[in-house]
Amino acid sequence: MALDDTKKAQQFKVIGTRPDRPDGIDKVTGRARFGADMVLPGMLTGRILRSPHAHARIRSIDTSKAEALSGVKAVVTRADFDDVPEDMADILDNCMAGTKALYDGHAVAAVAANSSAVARKALKLIEVDYEVLPHVTDVDEAMQPDAPVLHEGCQQETVPEGMSPNVIARSEFGHGDVEAGLAQADRVVKRTFRTAATHQGYIEPHACVATMSADGQGDLWVCTQGHYMVRNTCAAILGLEQGQLRVTASEIGGGFGGKTAVFLEPVALMLARKSGRPVKMVMSRSEVLRASGPTSSTSIDVKIGMTKEGRITAGMAELRYQGGAWPGSPVDMGAMSAFAPYDLENVKTIGWDVVTNRPKAAAYRAPGAPMAAFAVESAVDELARGFCLDPLEVRLMNGADEGTRASYGPTYPAIGLKATLEAAKAHPHWSAPLGENQGRGVACGFWFNFGGDTCVSLNITPDGTVTVSEGNPDIGGSRASMTMMAAEELGIPYEQVRTIIADTGSLGQNEVTDGSRVTFAVGLATIEAARAAKREMCRRAALVWGIDEDAVD
Amino acid sequence: MALLAGQTGAHVLAGGTDLLVKLRSEMIEPEMIVDIKRIDGMRAIVPEAGGWRIGAGVSGAEMGEHAGLCADWPGVVEAAGLIGSTQVQGRATIAGNLCNALPAADSVPAMVAANAVVRIIGPKGARELPAIDVPQGPGKTVLEPGEFVASVFLPPRAARSADCYLRFIPRSEMDIAVVGCGLWLALDDADRVTEARVALGAVGPKVMLVAEAAGAIIGRSLDDAALADLAAACSRAATPMDDKRGTVDFRRHVSGVLARRAAEIAAGRAKGETA
Amino acid sequence: MSQIHVTSRINGDATEFLCDADETLMDVLRDRLGLTGTKEGCGTGDCGACTVAVDGRLVCSCLMLGAEAEGRNVATIEGMATGDQLHPLQQKFIEMAALQCGICTPGILVAAKSLLERNPDPSEEEVRYWLAGNLCRCTGYDKIIRAVMETAADMRRAS
Repeated sequence: MALDDTKKAQQFKVIGTRPDRPDGIDKVTGRARFGADMVLPGMLTGRILRSPHAHARIRSIDTSKAEALSGVKAVVTRADFDDVPEDMADILDNCMAGTKALYDGHAVAAVAANSSAVARKALKLIEVDYEVLPHVTDVDEAMQPDAPVLHEGCQQETVPEGMSPNVIARSEFGHGDVEAGLAQADRVVKRTFRTAATHQGYIEPHACVATMSADGQGDLWVCTQGHYMVRNTCAAILGLEQGQLRVTASEIGGGFGGKTAVFLEPVALMLARKSGRPVKMVMSRSEVLRASGPTSSTSIDVKIGMTKEGRITAGMAELRYQGGAWPGSPVDMGAMSAFAPYDLENVKTIGWDVVTNRPKAAAYRAPGAPMAAFAVESAVDELARGFCLDPLEVRLMNGADEGTRASYGPTYPAIGLKATLEAAKAHPHWSAPLGENQGRGVACGFWFNFGGDTCVSLNITPDGTVTVSEGNPDIGGSRASMTMMAAEELGIPYEQVRTIIADTGSLGQNEVTDGSRVTFAVGLATIEAARAAKREMCRRAALVWGIDEDAVD
Repeated sequence: MALLAGQTGAHVLAGGTDLLVKLRSEMIEPEMIVDIKRIDGMRAIVPEAGGWRIGAGVSGAEMGEHAGLCADWPGVVEAAGLIGSTQVQGRATIAGNLCNALPAADSVPAMVAANAVVRIIGPKGARELPAIDVPQGPGKTVLEPGEFVASVFLPPRAARSADCYLRFIPRSEMDIAVVGCGLWLALDDADRVTEARVALGAVGPKVMLVAEAAGAIIGRSLDDAALADLAAACSRAATPMDDKRGTVDFRRHVSGVLARRAAEIAAGRAKGETA
Repeated sequence: MSQIHVTSRINGDATEFLCDADETLMDVLRDRLGLTGTKEGCGTGDCGACTVAVDGRLVCSCLMLGAEAEGRNVATIEGMATGDQLHPLQQKFIEMAALQCGICTPGILVAAKSLLERNPDPSEEEVRYWLAGNLCRCTGYDKIIRAVMETAADMRRAS
């Protein structure tokens, strides 16, 4: 659906005001229910047994003593899961280890018991026979020919012969002739940067409550950035029809990308199925840090050439990211975004996706990009200061604009980089004199944006007020935004609209809350739903009044 | 006491800010936890022989609200007030801090500089021990099975004397000391140092009372030269480790910096110029 | 090991409960008494999301055993509003958008209320140090501090 191209100046009545957010009272009184706040009658406590070894073959697991413990209602291992589609195999493997434990903290078994104390005791009774293997956690070490190997047969054909099987994929972007460009530079800077596998550190640990009946119907309450993703993933892993699994998103206590994946949920559902009872699973903080998904740690080489006037003649980066024990680090995002803020004739980035004995990485705010930006911007800064040039002016001079051929391929339409830089330059913070022990810096970054599957249902109640059902967990205020957009479009007060996050049974597919897409995509769908509602109301009014539809205002 | 003596694997509970963390991580799995806070006197701060007897159940927050204690031993009080957060200080005790025996414990260098003496109660009766003799190494104390610290005694504050505790942490709050320095000194009428005790924490397996540092300032005015000697003595005496919070060189350097600053603050307090 | 019977007062209401010896006050509040406003963020006293007041003293409920609540008065977030009247801090937090995901908010409100009861005119530095044991990953703290300062000013004017 096309946006209104005319972009005429509009007088807004609701947009631009500052109403109270609809979930405000619930959140300041403690009434709001987050992942661990749900209770169901007969609920059991689920806990996971985790590998203490970073790399080990699992020779056998004996759960008999745990199963015999009074109060234990179900025990689950990988044997309880059937084969899954290929695109789910790694996710299942992360949720419950198969033949190998691949990181310290990797789930190898789980129990559901009628108390947390019994669950803890039961875990201690599970006997796992491990054959401890050498492990590797550093991305550069994992690429070495003699590094301990995690998986055979995962390496893609983009990777040259002879590299360690831990090197999964190679990607390359760019255009022009980097060597020729570097030769034109007055100075070339060559630097290596390493960043750590930082965790998103959301204050709310992963938590869910699962129910599953023998007839294949399941219900899941979970804190997540995408309950439709959770539904689809869990359905695939448990062999359920998607429509039979209803997932409700709780309020979410932070995600930052770390809750765009599943960790506990398939296991909780399996325990619920086996026990016939609801099962609650909550990660401890220590489990969150050991066994959920931090960002990748990286090793990045950059080489940039600049003239003494500040023009970047060529830029090159080689990025090595480890995404944990399975393929899929965001290295290609890093390789694409590294030089994306710049208008360059000669640019090349190479990305290597590497596996290591670490937890499976998850998104962390623009996954892959901050590390790449850190490396490139540090080098650009070094060059600028070396020539005694203003770092902001250097960004302006080289900044991408409408018509620039991006370092990763497409040609940019109108973009706001230069306008942003000019605004920064004009801001008093840029020119204020620096006090003692004060510094100042500037850097550019780039991230993509996208729409993604979005479904909104807007309903008019008998008294003329409105409910908006959307499918994206609200991580910081989007319900208020949707309410404002619906109210604006329908021409009614903000207080007459209520937006809820509907469960997966109520709407079609919705993409995860990520990529800064919700205000844009869900907003667009909300506006379109409001327009459709108006059209329908006009049609009915026309019928009632016996006039043409177009005559209804 | 009978409970503790009768049960192997029993743990004492005072503030609980170390014990519960260990319980949760399953570092310990006690058969029994003995809460000492409801025993008479455990939560009291009582004047005694010119000094103060602080029950083992007294929280850092309570110490900070006690006018007499703040007036006499501001260094010990400010050290207790640096442990953790407002919430942690609402429960944590200096007795527990001492008995947990971690090298970077904040209240310990302050207690040592103040020449604190602890009263230990056990199956064989009661005994007194200078605070510095309690920790043996990281996580280890001299307490025998069945013994626990019942109170900490801070001596009377001598005229023209005062203490101070400073620490360095990478953040502004809520972190583990990279270096902690507890310092107490006494001045004569000419503002020369007559006595001093300088204790360093977090730069060795247990707290260190640095006699050379005290020796560097005793008999002298606290001029730049004396302070420089004090700092140098501390830097020499420190035996720190490298870790993510600080390198050996950095910790040695900061040991001297903190000692110098603590001495200046203690001197100001001793002269009555500041509280 | 049999459970311990505890008599306590929670948000002014006489309350009795049973708990295991090693169960924390936080677990008791959340799992036994249905008071889920107090949150577990870390379980080790580092994040402050579990903050409650015991006999008027701020504590991390994850660092206190349920059994230790015997004879004590416990104040949680659920007791902060009176019926449908929000406490001025709660109202101000909404007005000034001093929360995003809201998971740290109960702990911060309980802590801030305690501060203003002891010190009706705190400096910004005093507020920041008092709340140093309450972590927030969303807001960057600025709006929280401003909301506490403004509420303090409002409450001084009103008294």
